[in-house]
Amino acid sequence: MSDLMKVSSNPHVRSKTGTSNIMLAVVIALLPAAGFGIYNFGLDALILILVTVASTVITEFVFEKICKKKVTIGDYSAVVTGLLLALNLPASAPWWIGVTGGVFAILVVKMLFGGLGQNFMNPALGARCFLLISFTSIMTNFECDGYTGATPLADLKSGLDVNILDMVIGRTAGTIGETSMIAIVIGACFLILTGVIDLRIPGSYIISFAVFVLIFGGHGLDFAYVSAHLAGGGLMLGAFFMATDYVTRPITKNGQYLFGILLGVLTGIFRIFGPSSEGVSYAIIIGNLLVPLIEKITLPKAFGKGGEKV
Amino acid sequence: MAKLTFQGGIHPYDGKELSKDKPIKAVLPKGDLVYPLSQHIGAPAKPIVEKGEHVLTGQKIAEAGGFVSAPIYATVSGTVKAIEPRRVVTGDNVMSIIIENDGLYEEVEYPAVKPLEEMSREEIIERIKEAGIVGMGGAGFPTFIKLSPKEPDKIDYVIANCAECEPYLTSDYRRMIEEPEKLVKGLKVSLRLFENARGILAVEDNKPDCIEILKKLTKDEPKISVKALKTKYPQGAERQIIYAATGRAINSTMLPADAGCVVNNVDTVVAIYHAIYEGKPLMNRIVTVTGDAVADPRNFIVRIGTNYHELIEEAGGFKTPPVKIISGGPMMGFGIFDLDVPTTKTASALLCLTQDDVSRMEPSACINCGRCVEACPSRLVPSMLADYAEHYEEEQFLSHEGLECVECGCCSFVCPAKRPLTQSIKSMRKIQLAKKKK
Repeated sequence: MSDLMKVSSNPHVRSKTGTSNIMLAVVIALLPAAGFGIYNFGLDALILILVTVASTVITEFVFEKICKKKVTIGDYSAVVTGLLLALNLPASAPWWIGVTGGVFAILVVKMLFGGLGQNFMNPALGARCFLLISFTSIMTNFECDGYTGATPLADLKSGLDVNILDMVIGRTAGTIGETSMIAIVIGACFLILTGVIDLRIPGSYIISFAVFVLIFGGHGLDFAYVSAHLAGGGLMLGAFFMATDYVTRPITKNGQYLFGILLGVLTGIFRIFGPSSEGVSYAIIIGNLLVPLIEKITLPKAFGKGGEKV
Repeated sequence: MAKLTFQGGIHPYDGKELSKDKPIKAVLPKGDLVYPLSQHIGAPAKPIVEKGEHVLTGQKIAEAGGFVSAPIYATVSGTVKAIEPRRVVTGDNVMSIIIENDGLYEEVEYPAVKPLEEMSREEIIERIKEAGIVGMGGAGFPTFIKLSPKEPDKIDYVIANCAECEPYLTSDYRRMIEEPEKLVKGLKVSLRLFENARGILAVEDNKPDCIEILKKLTKDEPKISVKALKTKYPQGAERQIIYAATGRAINSTMLPADAGCVVNNVDTVVAIYHAIYEGKPLMNRIVTVTGDAVADPRNFIVRIGTNYHELIEEAGGFKTPPVKIISGGPMMGFGIFDLDVPTTKTASALLCLTQDDVSRMEPSACINCGRCVEACPSRLVPSMLADYAEHYEEEQFLSHEGLECVECGCCSFVCPAKRPLTQSIKSMRKIQLAKKKK
């Protein structure tokens, strides 16, 4: 035999799942929420989604070209960021909000920190918070296609009655992708069934938040009040799609439970004691910053040193 | 009842259907036979024959070179052609005895055998030691040392590792189907050594036929039980199989004996049978020759020293040119760059694949997905360990239990970014273990 074979250290086989498969699964899982947003808010929402996704992908492409780096838009992670960011914008926002947010998310939060896998906070959320602070009135203007300005959570905060069924279905004011609990949960089920995410973070997040609301919400054992909090605002979208972002959540199993609980408590504090009716974005971003510490205190024990039973 | 298993692990494509239904075929070597003096853990064996000397099948040609070492026997009759370095599967050149096969297969007279009941403990261990038996699952640790722990009374379980969790491998499976009585008898030899021990035949549940055969065969053996383990890689790793079969856990600083266990692989147990019941030293082993490049994948009973070229010829040659050839299984075997290497005591398979996942899939950035953490049977955080290894951060590597890694390959297998996690950790472990020895 004249041709030498390829050699390498073990193992010699690899699973078929790659980064792009995972990202694509997340994109697919976000489609129900995006679809409902377009149905609910009309063409404006569709245009905003397209513009935002285009801006994230183009930003990544241009940055990598300028820096003479390998172009990585093929892994779809920029699409995920763009889509998530768009779903976190009100449909009434002008197109340049999507572009500004998209550029900020990719350029500042992701690429300047080293690209995929190196960002310390979720790029979409980082951009959303940046936009919220910079363009507060635009970002909180939910007047669109027949909805009055107030979101159900704002109504809830000012003591008004809310229609929980409408909130579950999504026929309320809010950002493009956050209103429909059903659409979000359908997407989340797809991710859970395909093994992309598990329930550790969403479960501990939602449960701890519900418990927090029960204790500190000031409404006692009011089932409707707790349900409205769960279905309202960005909780579902945040818990299933943003808190579970691989890069910015702890990698250790116990760390993931702790992270979920932390987010639940922070969200509760922001929503109930804070000035705004929302709190998910800030809670997740603060959680993101604490990830290295959480990982440090939740390192698993090795097999044979107490870690064999989990 | 929950299935007997461990936490973590993976389910790779197992490829066993390629070779599992064909009977084992004997291969008679045609060319020269090469016996590396180091085919076990420990000191290399010392040659006791000279160039030009005539040897018979079953004649000792090298003796143990220290306490942790094992003798080597000729597996054909012929003439010693040379004693010189030859390449082995790891790519190293190892001092080897080369024998020119005269094709007559004249045998020595094997020492007389005594009934097992009449043999003393020392006699049994001496015979296993003299037979040159080493762990044939891949590690190559001399078996007599495993069988003589400091406190033999404290051994509670003798486990025959019949898991065969490596994809593609079916040699243990065929052995259990064709010669299960040898396995059971071999296990009984070990049980003789440990008064308080019970024997466990631990089989993965993807081999229900083996489980049934072994159960039937051991139904009148009160001390032996057959345990079905969940099919999952690396179920047959020593620490994992002990845990699955007995619920006891050991770490890298412990030996199975510390948990009251002795573990031997199927081929090793059968070698013990041959040594005790037939007086024969370790001369052959079963090798699975398989993969999608091989025309007729099957198991062969191979005389140690046989060239890999001959095994491929016996398997009908290549139907498609291979891109990657692996000695052993795809998860823990050695990639070899050509076939001109000999079969050794620890060579369980010759796997020829038409595509190489490793060179086909380019590594990209870690996305922190945690799949490696889920898969790691040692409950480590492979992505962090690989980072520490790549940056040579020794302290972090050690404090994150890098030495507990068993190099099973699960993390690299599952990694969606196709990072060479196991490889990085493995190199760092090698450095750290060498430092520790000093």
